[in-house]
Amino acid sequence: MPTLTKPISGWGRYPLQVCELERPERYADLRPTSDTLIARGQGRSYGDASLNEHGRVLLTERIDRMLELDVQQGILRAEAGVTLADILPVIVKQGWFLPVTPGTKFVSLGGCVASDVHGKNHHHDGGFAEHVLAIELILADGSHIKCSATENADIFWATVGGMGLTGIIGEVTLKLIPIQTTQISVTNHAAKNLAHLFELLQDPALDDRYSVAWVDCLATGEQLGRGVAMFGHHASSAEFSGSNPLQTKPKRTRSLPFDFPSWVLNPLSIKLFNKLYYYKESRKTAPFLSDYDSYFYPLDALGNWNRMYGKRGFVQYQCVLPEATALAGMTALLKELSASRRASFLAVLKRFGAAGKGLLSFPLPGYTLALDLPLHDKALFSLLDKLDHIVLQHGGRVYLAKDARISAESFRSMYPHYAEWLKIKQSIDPANRYSSSLSRRLHIAGEVK
Amino acid sequence: MSANVLILGATSAIARGTAAAFAARGDNLYLASRDLAELQRIAADLQVRYGVKVHYGLFDAAATDTHPEFFLTVLKDMQELHGVVLAFGLLGDQQAAHEFSVAEKIIASNFTGAVSILSICANYFEPLKRGFIIGISSVAGDRGRQSNYVYGAAKGGLSLYLQGLRNRLFPSGVRVVTIKPGFVDTAMTFGLPGLFLVASPQNIGRQIVQTLGKSADIVYLPGFWRFIMLIIKHVPEVIFKRMKM
Repeated sequence: MPTLTKPISGWGRYPLQVCELERPERYADLRPTSDTLIARGQGRSYGDASLNEHGRVLLTERIDRMLELDVQQGILRAEAGVTLADILPVIVKQGWFLPVTPGTKFVSLGGCVASDVHGKNHHHDGGFAEHVLAIELILADGSHIKCSATENADIFWATVGGMGLTGIIGEVTLKLIPIQTTQISVTNHAAKNLAHLFELLQDPALDDRYSVAWVDCLATGEQLGRGVAMFGHHASSAEFSGSNPLQTKPKRTRSLPFDFPSWVLNPLSIKLFNKLYYYKESRKTAPFLSDYDSYFYPLDALGNWNRMYGKRGFVQYQCVLPEATALAGMTALLKELSASRRASFLAVLKRFGAAGKGLLSFPLPGYTLALDLPLHDKALFSLLDKLDHIVLQHGGRVYLAKDARISAESFRSMYPHYAEWLKIKQSIDPANRYSSSLSRRLHIAGEVK
Repeated sequence: MSANVLILGATSAIARGTAAAFAARGDNLYLASRDLAELQRIAADLQVRYGVKVHYGLFDAAATDTHPEFFLTVLKDMQELHGVVLAFGLLGDQQAAHEFSVAEKIIASNFTGAVSILSICANYFEPLKRGFIIGISSVAGDRGRQSNYVYGAAKGGLSLYLQGLRNRLFPSGVRVVTIKPGFVDTAMTFGLPGLFLVASPQNIGRQIVQTLGKSADIVYLPGFWRFIMLIIKHVPEVIFKRMKM
């Protein structure tokens, strides 16, 4: 099969590495063809999870067929390369929705499984993997196996959240959730500081299927961690006044035609944006309807928003802290961040429910904070090391799908089920054929002697 | 009213793009190629996405003796046909094609096989006095060059055949369209050096279906390839033979 050798990166545009790309168009060509290989869907993980420097990267974008949609049961079987953006219009008009969705729809189904992604409903519905009924996995020896919670269960729980390192995910069978309308009923509540934000997110009277909070990282002192908590649920037909509750309108996507100069996003411009956003959003205290696209995927409206951060790219830092230590830990993180005088353009706080069974899955019961940090200079990395330290001290972990730089030691402390995962990995891929730049950076399946 | 369209060589990226564009209009499809496992996946996908009826079956362009029976099977499944898209093709390896046995395979697929099945289709549509035949040829067929002249010769032959067929079927009201794609982002071009302004197969597929609403007979896709080929065709042979293309 022809290959294309060129530098590629994840969504954060850092790091940029030369990889050998291969793009099969037939399902039968989804197989290991090289010494080391990693599958890549839409390349929307932020760091080096979908990179394999000087090795083979298998693009799954053309293996994107939807194979079966049971409109009675709400079950979709599709090839791993299909995107959520392709799936949504097809299932929504039949009255179904994705059980869990990340903040962009331009991700592949396989990527959702490999990263065991979460959404704004983790505290109610768990992670993506909990709704995966089965997958077809292509192993290092080229054989195809079915895995699910009941069949080859150990391989299944090693593969969900397994960052593509157990094999190529070929097909996914997903259980959908029923909806009556395309709209989300949303209510916003402003919080004057982080403790208040936690209170709002925990308040059973306010809680809804979806909840998320935007945090103003530039507020300091008394206002440290002020933000807006946003709650939502799929509007019932009673809450909807239009005539065609399941009709979707195609949305126009704009894109940035060029890289912004890296000074555009500076503490001052971000501060201004945050102020405006805080006052605008905190006024929406009465429930309002928002179509699912604007609610779940606001950033998708601007095609390649990662260009906003300029050529040098950015790092997204997402961590989770357990319930008991979350407030103290997040306060420490935000203080460290503001002391560094670095501004995160986007800071998002979410609540997590019970952890799933994925051995390397990210969520654990508590709170998760995601920060986008422009990569102006290498000093950012020493700040991030400090953040890692705080996260470890508070018993938390960093999300591998977003990561480009944690150390192999931190990884082992953060992911206590790694040893168990490794046993399964070694039993199905003894030569470590499925490996990526991320797996080598973390010495995954290549223990430091 | 929805049409019934037969797509020959339905597993290629351009064919997938074209099938999707027909299905999006509500047309029912018969997909044909040598790879049944792959056809089953493509057919399922079109049904799920567009809710149209999609049949599929085995078709080998080079096995010309099987073509009459194949066409009967299609008619049995579809009742009637309103159009045909010929999308199969074999680029082959030009170096290897210095041997006639390899060149013969390239010609058998791109030319002989195409003439065989299109003759059957033409004879079906002519008495009905309706229908369309879309043949996907190639810009490689416009001028012979060392990098792909066996493929180019076969596609050039196909272009001429389609031209003659258009002339013959014009009085019967059967539309014959020749499509000449330039660089399209397919398995055939992936990783090749020197590509520019590469079009997506979905986009090309949509434009192929759109030609049915227009009157053009020979369509370069994307359109600017008409000008590129105009220049290439007019380079004097005395210069052209010295060029490395």
